[in-house]
Amino acid sequence: MISWDQVAIGAAALLFAPIVGALLQGVDRRLTARIQGRRGPPLLQPFYDLFKLLGKEQLIVNRMQIVYAWLHLTFMAATVMMLALGQDSLMLLFVLAFSTLSLVIGGMCVRSPYSRIGSQREILLMVAYEPVLVLMVVGFYLVNHSFSIATIWQADQPLMMRLPLLFVALLAVAAIKLQKSPFDLASSHHAHQEIVKGITIEYSGPGLAVLELAHFYETTLVMALLALFWATNWWIGGALALGAYLFVILLDNACARLTTLWMFKFMWTVVLGLALTNIIWLYLSIQHIL
Amino acid sequence: MSAIAKSPWVVHFNCSSCNGCDIEFLACLTPFYDVERLGILHVGNPKHADVLVVTGSVNHRTARVLKNVYDMIPSPKVVVAMGVCSSSGGIFAEGYNVLGGIDKVIPVDVFVPGCPARPEAMLDGILKAAAILDRKAREGTGVATVSAAKPVINLVPLAADAAPAPAAP
Repeated sequence: MISWDQVAIGAAALLFAPIVGALLQGVDRRLTARIQGRRGPPLLQPFYDLFKLLGKEQLIVNRMQIVYAWLHLTFMAATVMMLALGQDSLMLLFVLAFSTLSLVIGGMCVRSPYSRIGSQREILLMVAYEPVLVLMVVGFYLVNHSFSIATIWQADQPLMMRLPLLFVALLAVAAIKLQKSPFDLASSHHAHQEIVKGITIEYSGPGLAVLELAHFYETTLVMALLALFWATNWWIGGALALGAYLFVILLDNACARLTTLWMFKFMWTVVLGLALTNIIWLYLSIQHIL
Repeated sequence: MSAIAKSPWVVHFNCSSCNGCDIEFLACLTPFYDVERLGILHVGNPKHADVLVVTGSVNHRTARVLKNVYDMIPSPKVVVAMGVCSSSGGIFAEGYNVLGGIDKVIPVDVFVPGCPARPEAMLDGILKAAAILDRKAREGTGVATVSAAKPVINLVPLAADAAPAPAAP
């Protein structure tokens, strides 16, 4: 049975996650500006952008495009709610994959070549980071003998003690999910555009606002996943996630955008190697071989 | 102030400019002027934009493209003519191929003088455009899907532009 507590937690997650995500992006834009020696926009700039886009005219290429934008948002919001309710982490991964896939199909169903290239690159990015996310879930299971996120909260020892290399691997995944250089191949943030905003090129007005809102949820989701690595103390967990966010912003400003092939090689050798090493070490220590 | 005045996204179209105004416009993006502090973003896609900044005078070839870019911007939208060339044709006004200022093709909201216009003047022009954008959003004008622009010149199809084939002797 679903209790009223769960309904309240789910509703609160749906309401506050985009606000947190937008504030984080506001901090990101201001911090990036300071790193580049600029003043930067106000902290609430992502909200202004969102409300502006909601008030604009919608130019529709075809109706399915808008349907997929909404599916992207719905499933992204669902992952945040699942995480807040401590649901199955493997299921969360599937819902997240479907959310990204909706974005890809939305980009594919228009005839703009830029949108098509952006979508193809998004698929490559998915292929690059999904194995790491699957290994993360495997790691959760090996540590706690359950896929449930609620068991991670109840554990005595933080996940970081058993999965340190996996956390490092997740930093690269976070950089991809937050559309940061050197991984911002499919679509990127405002100042440095790739292929004229790639996957979002044919969206305008409210349609683009839906994608922005989904990205707010995505930002919060990535932060929450990173904070999960120190779930025994939420202050340390939060600091860990914010530290990771800072690292990703620094990486964004220090790196140029690199090619898809480089990204793929890097993700499937270095990053996947880190994650696999951690899982093998964990397995051996559980079996008392090490 | 509504949200739209705080985040005017600009798309920049070079009609047939000498690139003087374009270089000065790109200077607005540098840390020295930093337009992003005002919420202004330089986007590469008219479908994401609110403000159309045009540099250079308009000629027979670019008129069609300019109209197309203007129509792709979702309402409410404003147009800023940067520099004297886009305002009136400038020193190119007498050219055999030049139609004149961009107001011959699309409705213009703000004219920024200068050859080239200074970055300070450009910033001022974009902020004036943002105020007009705000007014348009409030009044609900300019929400029409088809632009209200009535071209002064006749946009002839591309094939008709081509010179007629020389008659055989």
